[in-house]
Amino acid sequence: MPDLLLELFSEEIPARMQRRAAEDLRKLVTDALVERGFVYEGAKAFSTPRRLALNIVGLPVKGQDVREERKGPRVGAPDAAVQGFLKSAGLTSLDEAKIESDPKKGEFYVAIIERPGLPTQDVLAEILPQIIKTFPWPKSMRWGAASTQPGSLRWVRPLHSIVCTFGPETEEPEVVRFEVDGIASGDITYGHRFMAPDAIRVKRFDDYVAALERAKVVLDADRRKDIILHDAKDLAFAQGLQLVEDEGLLEEVAGLVEWPVVLMGSFDESFLEIPPEVIRTTIRANQKCFVLFDARTDKLANKFLLTANLIAKDGGKTIVAGNERVVHARLSDAKFFWETDQKTKLEDRLEKLKQIVFHEKLGTQFERVERIAALAKELAPIVGADPALAARAARLAKADLVTEMVGEFPELQGLMGRYYAAIEGENPSVALAVEEHYKPLGPSDRVPTDPVSVAVALADKIDTLMGFWLIDEKPTGSKDPYALRRAALGVIRLTLQNEFRLSFATAALRAIAALKADGRTESVVIGADLLSFLVDRLKVYLREQGARHDLIDAVLSLDGEDDLLMLVRRVEALGRFLDTEDGANLLAGYRRATNILRIEEKKDGRAYDGEPNRVLIHERGLPEERVLFEVLEAATRHAREHVSKEDFEGAMKALAELRPAVDAFFDKVTVNAEDSALRENRLTLLNAIRETTRSVADFSRIEG
Amino acid sequence: MTSQPAHMNPARSFQGLILTLQRYWAEQGCVILQPYDMEVGAGTSHPATALRALGPKPWRAAYVQPSRRPKDGRYGENPNRLQHYYQFQVILKPNPPNLQELYIKSLEAIGIDTGVHDIRFVEDDWENPTLGAWGLGWECWCDGMEVSQFTYFQQVAGIECVPVAGELTYGLERLAMYLQGVESIYDLNFNGLEGDQKVTYRDVFLQAEQEYSRHNFEHSDTEMLFRLFRDAEAASKKYLEAGDAGERHLMVLPAYDQALKAGHVFNLLDARGVISVTERQSYILRVRELVKAVGAAWLKTEGGGAAAA
Repeated sequence: MPDLLLELFSEEIPARMQRRAAEDLRKLVTDALVERGFVYEGAKAFSTPRRLALNIVGLPVKGQDVREERKGPRVGAPDAAVQGFLKSAGLTSLDEAKIESDPKKGEFYVAIIERPGLPTQDVLAEILPQIIKTFPWPKSMRWGAASTQPGSLRWVRPLHSIVCTFGPETEEPEVVRFEVDGIASGDITYGHRFMAPDAIRVKRFDDYVAALERAKVVLDADRRKDIILHDAKDLAFAQGLQLVEDEGLLEEVAGLVEWPVVLMGSFDESFLEIPPEVIRTTIRANQKCFVLFDARTDKLANKFLLTANLIAKDGGKTIVAGNERVVHARLSDAKFFWETDQKTKLEDRLEKLKQIVFHEKLGTQFERVERIAALAKELAPIVGADPALAARAARLAKADLVTEMVGEFPELQGLMGRYYAAIEGENPSVALAVEEHYKPLGPSDRVPTDPVSVAVALADKIDTLMGFWLIDEKPTGSKDPYALRRAALGVIRLTLQNEFRLSFATAALRAIAALKADGRTESVVIGADLLSFLVDRLKVYLREQGARHDLIDAVLSLDGEDDLLMLVRRVEALGRFLDTEDGANLLAGYRRATNILRIEEKKDGRAYDGEPNRVLIHERGLPEERVLFEVLEAATRHAREHVSKEDFEGAMKALAELRPAVDAFFDKVTVNAEDSALRENRLTLLNAIRETTRSVADFSRIEG
Repeated sequence: MTSQPAHMNPARSFQGLILTLQRYWAEQGCVILQPYDMEVGAGTSHPATALRALGPKPWRAAYVQPSRRPKDGRYGENPNRLQHYYQFQVILKPNPPNLQELYIKSLEAIGIDTGVHDIRFVEDDWENPTLGAWGLGWECWCDGMEVSQFTYFQQVAGIECVPVAGELTYGLERLAMYLQGVESIYDLNFNGLEGDQKVTYRDVFLQAEQEYSRHNFEHSDTEMLFRLFRDAEAASKKYLEAGDAGERHLMVLPAYDQALKAGHVFNLLDARGVISVTERQSYILRVRELVKAVGAAWLKTEGGGAAAA
């Protein structure tokens, strides 16, 4: 079975786009083949800075033959019908049609249409240009003289050549001929830009990979990563050091070289005074280099690892020296920032926050800090923090935004604040909160546990949420420019993991008061809307944790519970209850009761929501309905008592008391009795079952 | 170029570097221009790039452009930052298919041996909000240091580039520091000579850096600057209106000068810290509107490719 080799050779593709592009190429080509009825054994795509490559193995030589019989008009039908048939079947005369007969219709014409499967090569030549022309690059461009033509080819950077061969392993493969915007496919590729720039003729994937290796190109990004990681560890080990691993950096670096050569450089030891995160960020962001850890000193080593794209004639001496110069200059800047920043206290930087607009409708960072500080102070007792410390931490939380270091490396926000706060002798919890108040940043980020951090983190997020809700900048669909879903998830995780009680409505009102909202009514509406957003996020969160979202609905639809922790406790208790036999049976009984009620209420055009008649039950009722009546009264009372004490487990147990009585009732009592007074009373009893369960959850929302 | 005197060696002489690049790009068919005689923030603003990038006519040019970045002044105390420095600018329209190769050869011409230096093209999407311009390309790295900017212009003045031009910008001081192996811009050997005859970058520019830093941060006459901005803005519009002859336009370049003027005045005001964050955006927008109008008018001129009337 023949294989396909495709290579798209271009100028340097951004590292972050390579892997995705290779995957897109694989998917687009294989989908297009499958759509045309071509099956294949396997497909793999590759990328380097200058090429995307695709290898599809086990393709058929040609597509399936198609044979189709098409029924035509009767023999002797009017000429118009015959002509229409000939045209649609692609026949020139009736001589080419068969005549068949059928007892009902008599004799009629049949055309046999045979379409031989097209050669795979022809199909590829048709598919590939289209895929190349519409390739989904995140950002693409036009170039050169061709860019004057409307609809000229767009690619991520100029595309230079295309290799496309097809053929079985045992024979000489053929070039699949096509052209895209003046670039004709062929069997010529090129090696490493500097070490082997000459043209290379290739046949199929195997010799292609081997030829590239000889021409100093490692095609497979994962192999380049392995080489870099392996060599980096070796070099580190030889110096008695450990590589500080960094998967994101490794992936990026592998996308910047076709032939990785790892080299070690060093910097002046005096730079080690700078915080290690700063050294790492500087060297990583600007130089794409790895840093090393020295277990003997428990600190970073004054060494770094760079990945060059060249086996240099001087063994890399010049490259290392050049990189060292740049690292030196960058670390000098960082050291300067580190020292300069310490000359101004965080407190004294607050004034400068007045110049930073947070959002044009939500004021400056300074105003925001004031709001967060006020809110953090109020929230502090709830989360067990000292209000003064929480307010202090909130005041300092954003001050590092106007430090030189964060100006240069925004990703160090928070962390620098913590360093500077600690140096200035702030309370350790305050310093920690300055860093941690941004957390958790995503579903897998750590949730702070220090109460001061929790108070400020919560205040920061609630202020953000309320603010954007107030100016009606809510997330829509996939658009969430202010990361409000993340903020909501942050509130949820902070609350649940630290297990504190917070009425969201109260918190929201306080936040809104700080935001100087005009009308209180409006604030309440917004608060309610935001709460429902939060509850939606809670559902998503719980679902991801494996909880049942229908149980959340069942618990939520009751009263205006806005305490996230209590909501979750209820959901958990309900889930456990339904897993017991009592719970499952009670749910079944509940459903039976509501079904009957629904039918009868509809039939009678009225609701049976009155109180059951005690006297009637005692005088004329069956023993089972007397028991149910008593048990219902007791269970309702017990369940409510437990709910009011927030003992949801107890409330569920109280409901369980109902089960034998409900079962016996359905077993022995005919609801639709002849006696209309009894019938009415039994229906109100069923309604009472429904009402009693409502003291813990809305059972009608429970699915399954 | 074996016959050149030692003091012209681009690895030893700042001006030798400039002259070598000029000669190299002249050999590639570029018109070698002189700096534009107005204050601009980057070589791209020179009409030889910003305007010539628009319209269908082929164009190749190279020139040095002093670039003024008032905010970047450091009173001559920072070894890497200046409020006035040189860019070497190359524009080729349409970009030839081998532009990367030509660029690499230009590095070889100034003495960078690609057998020992690690040259890399690292993603960098270029954008200039005041010029309403953007393109895709790279930062060009030499041993981890950014030495040039390489851009395929997609839009200038908010107008699609048809055809696309390739732009190369060399940061001359940084490149020279690397070639000469010095740690401070001020230590650069300007004329390549030694002893009494040696002239350094310090000799030429230190005083200017100090004086302009004082001016830019402390003393520039902001009242005058605000007025200048308004005047330049109004003049640019006025000239565009006056030159408008329907199908053709007769006075684009003077209008562009006034847009450049407004741009530089804005940079000066910004350095003085008298423009708030919100105002900043609106000033940038005002300059961009001027440039956009100029760009549209340029297409109605001969240089912009309008057919002869």
